[in-house]
Amino acid sequence: MTEPNSARNATAPMIEMRHVEKFYGPFHALKDVNLTVAKGEKIVLCGPSGSGKSTLIRCINHLESIKSGEITVAGHRLSDSQKAVDAVRREVGMVFQQFNLFPHKTVLENCILAPMRVRGLSRAEAEATGRKYLERVRIGDQAAKYPAQLSGGQQQRVAIARALCMEPMAMLFDEPTSALDPEMVKEVLDTMVLLARDGMTMICVTHEMGFARQVADRVIFMADGAIVEENDPESFFRAPAHARTRAFLGEILHH
Amino acid sequence: MTLDFSVVTGAWQSLLLGTVGTLFLAFSGMALAMIIGVLGVVILRMQLRLPSLLVNAFIEIVRNTPFLVQIFFLFFALPLAGIRLNPTLTAILALGVNGGAYAIEIIRGGVESVPKGQTEAGLALGLHKHEVFRLIVLKPALRAIYPSLSSQFILLTLTTAICTSISAYELTSVGQRIEAETFRSFEVYFTLTGIYLVISLVTMWLLAAIGRRAFSYPQR
Ligand SMILES: Nc1ncnc2c1ncn2[C@@H]1O[C@H](COP(=O)(O)OP(=O)(O)OP(=O)(O)O)[C@@H](O)[C@H]1O
Ligand SMILES: [Mg+2]
Repeated sequence: MTEPNSARNATAPMIEMRHVEKFYGPFHALKDVNLTVAKGEKIVLCGPSGSGKSTLIRCINHLESIKSGEITVAGHRLSDSQKAVDAVRREVGMVFQQFNLFPHKTVLENCILAPMRVRGLSRAEAEATGRKYLERVRIGDQAAKYPAQLSGGQQQRVAIARALCMEPMAMLFDEPTSALDPEMVKEVLDTMVLLARDGMTMICVTHEMGFARQVADRVIFMADGAIVEENDPESFFRAPAHARTRAFLGEILHH
Repeated sequence: MTLDFSVVTGAWQSLLLGTVGTLFLAFSGMALAMIIGVLGVVILRMQLRLPSLLVNAFIEIVRNTPFLVQIFFLFFALPLAGIRLNPTLTAILALGVNGGAYAIEIIRGGVESVPKGQTEAGLALGLHKHEVFRLIVLKPALRAIYPSLSSQFILLTLTTAICTSISAYELTSVGQRIEAETFRSFEVYFTLTGIYLVISLVTMWLLAAIGRRAFSYPQR
């Protein structure tokens, strides 16, 4: 595959959203969203329920299509054409709240399916990649099990490994720990921290403010489909500029 | 009147062949019904107006007309269209078409029961829509509705008896012949009842075994 020059260019953004507008029927879900994420940058996205966080990241890999505006990922300009969508999805991994592992496939089979189908790897190559990333998320010994035989935390780590097997340039996380029992949150967050340390470009929708403090380069606050405020975590938590941000932080920090 | 079962025991070879014929019709019909069922769902999923309309019309026609009429229709309509099939093939076609219409409905329900997140995960990994359906959605969907599909297929197995109307080779036609030759109606139909019962039970057991093998992965 020929890589556009911009993807190799260190200064070009990995993900860029410009004037993005998204509607669900008459409902205005994203309002003039502008977001630039540099290569290796880690963004934490937060905001009240229904503010459009999921919608925002789902637009980046075209699980939702937008009404107007521009989205560019790793130099690929997103459009409704299958070719553009394919190019973008190949570069972007996604982790969901509900894990979404394929129940009829073993852990390893979950990991090798897309690399074989989409990247054209042989089974041997895909299995080697799969085992590498399962080791990375410290779950290599479970490769032959089925998802239902794993705990929630283990399943989510497999989901992370599965996405990494495509060797994406960026990862999107949509509340990866909110479906987990409290005792399993840490193992998933630790895995994400590890990934962040390796230099992965990440956008994480999460209300784990400890995680945000630890790894985020920027924290973005959304409300009613718009980006209200963004700042480095230190300033964001110490001196939120907007009343809505303060109210939101007050709520999630004292419950 | 005394009962005389020697007329049926004497004809055990014909009855055995008839049983084999019935099983052949049943399993061929199931295979065809399965193919039609999956294809129908694939077409419906494309969400194109005309193809969906045709599939839905097909389902409504089949489900709202008697099987006996359907099989006669095929038996007499196919030759008019220049297609000559022997009665057994016509019977398989009729069983497959009939079972297929029900299978589409059942499998469609199964596909809808698979969480949307499964499709989204597949798409996010870069798989195309048809790959997502075939590799990710189909198996859990079939697993979800396998019990209903099995009942439908048992029904199909029993429906093979109606294929005697176009003289397909199966158990009921064999029974009718013995009856015509011996006038021992009760003995013949008593025996057929028993054999059909065994066929049903064995088919049920077989379908369950196939299901256990095909869907052996653990469920949440
Ligand atoms: N498929 C859809 N059809 C119609 N409306 C939708 C759809 N998906 C989301 N919405 C609406 O868009 C708004 C934003 O939804 P979104 O899921 O992006 O919010 P969110 O910030 O991720 O919320 P949460 O914290 O609850 O996950 C909500 O009001 C929601 O009801
Ligand atoms: Mg959400």
